[in-house]
Amino acid sequence: MTPSRQSARKKAGARRAPKGPAVAAAHLPSDAELRRLAERILRLSDADETEVEISAGVDALTRFANNTIHQNVAEQSLSVSVRTVFDGRTARATTNKIDDDSLRRVVSASGGLARSQPKLPDLLPMPGPQKYVKVHRYFPGTAEATPRDRARAVSKVCASAAANRQTAAGIFTTGATAMALANSRGLFAAHRQTRAEFSITILESDSSGWTKANSPDIRQISPQALATSASQKAAASRAPREIEPGRWTVILEPAAVLDLVGFLFYDFAGTAVLDQRSCFNARMGKKLMGANITLRDDVTHPLQSGPAFDGEGMPRQKVLLVDAGVPRNLVYARATAKKMKTKPTGHGLPLPNESGESPFNLVFDGGTTSLAEMVAGTDRGILVTRLWYIREVEPYEKVLTGMTRDGTFLVENGRVVAGVRNFRFNQGILEMLSNVEQLGPAVRAAGEESFEMVVPAMKVRGFHFSEVTKF
Amino acid sequence: MPYHAIGRFLPFLDAQSCVSVLLHNSRLASWLWGAPLGLLRRGQNRKGQKLPMQVWTDLALETARVRGATFADARVVDIRLRDLSTKNGQVGNLSETESLGLGIRVMANGCWGFASTDRLTREGVQACTAQAVAIARASALAKLSDVVMVPEQAYVDTWQNPFIKDPFAIPLERQLDLLLAADREMSRVAGVTLTETSMQFRRLEQWYASTIGSRIHQVKMQSGAGIVATSFAGDEIQKRSYPSSFGGQHELAGYELVESLDLMRHAPRVAEEAAALHRAAPCPEGRHTLILESSQLGLQIHESIGHPIELDRVLGMEANFAGMSFLTTEKLGKLRYASDIVNVVADARLEHGPGLGTFAYDDEGVPAQCTDIIKQGLFTGYLSNRETAPVIGLARSGGTMRAESWNRLPIIRMTNVSLLPGNWRYEDLLADTDDGVLMETNRSWSIDDRRYHFQFSTEIGWEIKDGKKVRMLKNPSYSGITTEFWNSCDAICSRDHWILWGTPNCGKGQPMQTMGTGHGAAPSRFRNVRLGAAFAK
Repeated sequence: MTPSRQSARKKAGARRAPKGPAVAAAHLPSDAELRRLAERILRLSDADETEVEISAGVDALTRFANNTIHQNVAEQSLSVSVRTVFDGRTARATTNKIDDDSLRRVVSASGGLARSQPKLPDLLPMPGPQKYVKVHRYFPGTAEATPRDRARAVSKVCASAAANRQTAAGIFTTGATAMALANSRGLFAAHRQTRAEFSITILESDSSGWTKANSPDIRQISPQALATSASQKAAASRAPREIEPGRWTVILEPAAVLDLVGFLFYDFAGTAVLDQRSCFNARMGKKLMGANITLRDDVTHPLQSGPAFDGEGMPRQKVLLVDAGVPRNLVYARATAKKMKTKPTGHGLPLPNESGESPFNLVFDGGTTSLAEMVAGTDRGILVTRLWYIREVEPYEKVLTGMTRDGTFLVENGRVVAGVRNFRFNQGILEMLSNVEQLGPAVRAAGEESFEMVVPAMKVRGFHFSEVTKF
Repeated sequence: MPYHAIGRFLPFLDAQSCVSVLLHNSRLASWLWGAPLGLLRRGQNRKGQKLPMQVWTDLALETARVRGATFADARVVDIRLRDLSTKNGQVGNLSETESLGLGIRVMANGCWGFASTDRLTREGVQACTAQAVAIARASALAKLSDVVMVPEQAYVDTWQNPFIKDPFAIPLERQLDLLLAADREMSRVAGVTLTETSMQFRRLEQWYASTIGSRIHQVKMQSGAGIVATSFAGDEIQKRSYPSSFGGQHELAGYELVESLDLMRHAPRVAEEAAALHRAAPCPEGRHTLILESSQLGLQIHESIGHPIELDRVLGMEANFAGMSFLTTEKLGKLRYASDIVNVVADARLEHGPGLGTFAYDDEGVPAQCTDIIKQGLFTGYLSNRETAPVIGLARSGGTMRAESWNRLPIIRMTNVSLLPGNWRYEDLLADTDDGVLMETNRSWSIDDRRYHFQFSTEIGWEIKDGKKVRMLKNPSYSGITTEFWNSCDAICSRDHWILWGTPNCGKGQPMQTMGTGHGAAPSRFRNVRLGAAFAK
């Protein structure tokens, strides 16, 4: 890996003066190095078929609380995962040691596991070479961020919080990954990506506010602007009132929408329907949501991230999942597609697994109503910044429970009038998506319960708050 | 989490297709885990020669000193994992993972820095340590005051948890045969639409060293297994799990744990119950007497006692992600947390049992301890570390710093947070209950970010009338406020009914780390609890 480290450093140096160790840029292997390593491993195998996945990552995270940095970490890792097939049987072994002996051992461990089981009736031959759509998700500015860059940004938001007599807590993280998938039939797929994320909670004695943003490109993230938004929410929710729970009109900011609808993602797996645990069992083609709900899986969307291939190296396709409230299509791994007599969509998970496949790049169609317009058009309702500790209560109606958190407001006569104590909700997601009155523009939202998706803010009638807590 | 980590670990998707379970599942974070496929490395030999991995911890500490660190501790961690699962009579997942690396924590300019690497070479370890020091100096840009820690002694020791059968030495064929047989037993039952089984084994070996002179070598062997039957009919999905949900029971033990679970005997019962739930009456709504069996009570302890007593949460250090705690420091020694029959400890010592929170030393070199958390109902203690102990006037850390692996910073974690047994026989407890609901096996769990308001649902309930279990109830749930709930406890069963449950998937910290915690509990009774809110229309 040495050549790539040196060349990455040279490049970084050419762009700007060194400010300290650039965590992310330093250790990532190039596609050519990944390919050489994969070929080295494939040569070690005497299996009928062999697949190799290599992933290398560098991540760093600066964490702050009580207006100071209290934790500040970095990690570097490289792992090699080998799947072999012997006589219709397959298994996986993974290591992070890449000396010759360890690579030989990981190949033989995979074979040993594979041979110890009965034949797998659904196992297909590995796919050959594929063509992929190009996705651009690697930004050198993100990879080159240093601990001092992050600390300076954090130091500024902590100083403004202190000046406002508020308390800031949060994270600023940057990182990069490079990964490749290769098999003995000649398939090779590679992907590089950077990641930047800033999340901040601003606390007062009886209130709090929160924002979070995530992008492959650090230039899309403004810590100071996010801090200001969280600060305003904390100030506006001081002295929260206790309001009766019940059925309420709610305005859900994109992060709140994300963490709810995120629970639907596995229901779109062909395997989940085959196993009769999807909420779309016996319901495909029926109108389950409002006509304003349209949902796709689209890895090429400019606000999406992730590789353009799946766990077996099949190209990810764009799939229309819900069309105007009607679930139309599922996603399929190769083996699932064969069982369900359809075509694979490039959403398979690394084999062997029991789950089949899953969409990873969900994109909801948005609307044109701004959050301010939703508030202005509401006589009486609750504005929700984010939700917390969401769990599935009932899988078929998709009833979820959870709490509001860090900025919950009473809206009256078109204005935000007060902060309120946090509610517990118990709400069916299919019902909620049938009661959406207005949609905002779809944005890349970041929450804590779901991976990032492209979702709009939503105004929803009849949202069920069942109880209220003490703060 | 990097995108490929999600991709890699979705294969471990739980029976409950829930994003947070996925993302917070121990196996999700384990993309960086692993351990040697080779032979066990033994402890320090009699001549006091260095263990192979101590070369790296020593090099890291020496580099940290040279670079100006005033304190440092380093851990080399070597993890090996084996995952097996079946679904509908076929092998689902079959994989092994090993991971070896070093993490170094340093203090420089009065601030913390941490860096980790899996490049165990002279150059790799020195670069990693230099990076940790540079990070600490960057932290100082936002410094308000120097970090201060309570003193701790140096220890040189080696420890391994006792186990009888090395699960990695048991032939895979035998492990798969058992899972496939249990899977078949469940799928024979009419009405069962999905059957799943799993086993997970983990061996963690760690070499710890610090600039105060500690050198601690620990090996932890962990085993777990469980089975689930799911039944879809009409417009409902019902399921039953054994011995607990979300992966079953886990202990610091060998394969003898799996054998003791007797999966084959329980497989037909859980399958029959899953199918029968469709015909059961719904759990009533309103205020009732509630009896919780021990695994659900274990989770209740975890969420409404274990998390709020974490001193880092109390002090705001987790405010952005996990949240804070209602247990502000002025409540220590004053708050009536629970009724006076309730005694809770946080006990990491081996004599507490083979819990997932059992060890000899924590990950900042502090010996395992037992701390009284609730004594006869009174709130008496927090989970602390060397940095937070002084805030509540302690002269010594409670020894609760734990890290998921080499690539994570140790943070305050639950050890074994357990409710001590009472003196009721289970039969007497049921016989003494005129009108109530017994709930078994967790199905969903949620609590607010200060740990006041919770709601749980379980897989199955039983109506208790005049001291007898009279009928099955479906969709049971209960909710409440932490201190009101614990003050309503009026009966706790005895040691004979007490089980030390393992929760392998507790998520905390940024970047997230997943940790195993232990929770001992015996069936207990609570009065005047709100039931049924989760399913109320």
